[in-house]
Amino acid sequence: MIIIGELINTSREGLEEAVKNRDVEFIQDLAKQQEEAGADYIDVNCGTLLKEEVEAMEWLVKTVQEVVDVPLCIDSPNPKALKRGLEVHEGKALVNSISAEEDRFTETLEILKEHDARVVALTMDDEGMPKSAEDRIRVGKKLIEDLTAAGIAEADIFVDPIINPIGTDQQVGQYILDAIAEIANEYSDVHITCGLSNISHGLPQRHLLNRTFVTLAMGRGLDSAIIDPLDPKIMALVTAAETLLGHDQYCANYIQASKSGKLDV
Amino acid sequence: MSKMEEIVEEVITGNVDGVAELAQELVDEGTNPSEIIKNGLVAGMDIVGARFKKNEMFVPEVLIAAKAMHAGMDIVKPLLTEGESSSAATVIMATVEGDLHDIGKNLVAMMLEGAGFEVIDLGVDISADEFVEAVKEHQPDIIGLSALLTTTMPAMEETIKSLEEAGVRDQVKVMVGGAPVSQEFADEIDADGYAADGSTATEIAREFVN
Repeated sequence: MIIIGELINTSREGLEEAVKNRDVEFIQDLAKQQEEAGADYIDVNCGTLLKEEVEAMEWLVKTVQEVVDVPLCIDSPNPKALKRGLEVHEGKALVNSISAEEDRFTETLEILKEHDARVVALTMDDEGMPKSAEDRIRVGKKLIEDLTAAGIAEADIFVDPIINPIGTDQQVGQYILDAIAEIANEYSDVHITCGLSNISHGLPQRHLLNRTFVTLAMGRGLDSAIIDPLDPKIMALVTAAETLLGHDQYCANYIQASKSGKLDV
Repeated sequence: MSKMEEIVEEVITGNVDGVAELAQELVDEGTNPSEIIKNGLVAGMDIVGARFKKNEMFVPEVLIAAKAMHAGMDIVKPLLTEGESSSAATVIMATVEGDLHDIGKNLVAMMLEGAGFEVIDLGVDISADEFVEAVKEHQPDIIGLSALLTTTMPAMEETIKSLEEAGVRDQVKVMVGGAPVSQEFADEIDADGYAADGSTATEIAREFVN
């Protein structure tokens, strides 16, 4: 399971101020904590700074990379911020995100080609947000075909099937799970990720829905998630699910996690 | 419990058939249709909105309550006499140009409808010119602009400027919302209000028209 740590995002409380003030210690501490908790990528998103986003992205990438060994997930809908982030990033970053919206696809692909990077591909196009499983599958496949045709390796693509709230459409969980299964079956090297917490928007006890959904989705082929790695319960569930799905030889990770106290949640 | 109190309760619990039946019974008894709307259907949704804001009710409960309210409206609305309006005011809603994310916009539209506003939902990816056209055509009291992406937030400012250039800015109140939008941003682009969620949008809309 590839964990993308979501905590460095200026839309979260207190983060915009920390980035604006260029609070090195605060940001580095948050990055280190996520790496220690098991994040494979540290997401950096400073979109709310708008006109100052590009500069802030450069600072964030440099500041975080000073203290962590894992690569970063450079997160912005703004191609200029993605470009600047990639220019200063050392190693192979993950870009979040491209979509099948024509302009965004073309612009983001150009940047991807200039840098050796992986990419999150959102299953939406100029028709809008996906509604059914079929929408997600159709757009997901198109993105995979178009990206690989442009020279991006399947293993560098992370399809995001777009999580809508179960509170507004009670079938959407099933749609997402079906889409994950179909894409995972057809493209074995492609990764599937998602921003998980949207599933529980507008409902009580959100953590329970988030945690349950991640295990359901892993059972269908989800192999990455954009989550809070400092939530020990979700991390323990992911560890257990990996073991149960046969991704943990001799149950070594599970036993190790248990011995280090990570499953006492 | 009077029938009017009952209809309020049934709106809150989201009993679609129950609200329709009670609305019909009230009509048959000769109750003034606008009174059924104001003291029954909208009054019920007011309580729903307040409970939603306090996290005592949740999105699916609000959706089913709104559905029940509409079932009552369908019966009562055709009976309003000319000049009587069923709605508090008219609101045009849409996501701005380039932005296709409509979950938040749909929720806010639903809450506003629930509060008795007439909502004209233009959908997604609406350009500044289209907004101007829609304002001229529908003469709304309020327009609500939604954006999820930081890259489409500037389209909110463009929309407001276009309304000014077209000479219709003063006819409407503009409220903005969406995950990356803030009060600070709303002030910067001269919007009249910022709403973080559907119930705040409803409160602001009420302030605008009162």
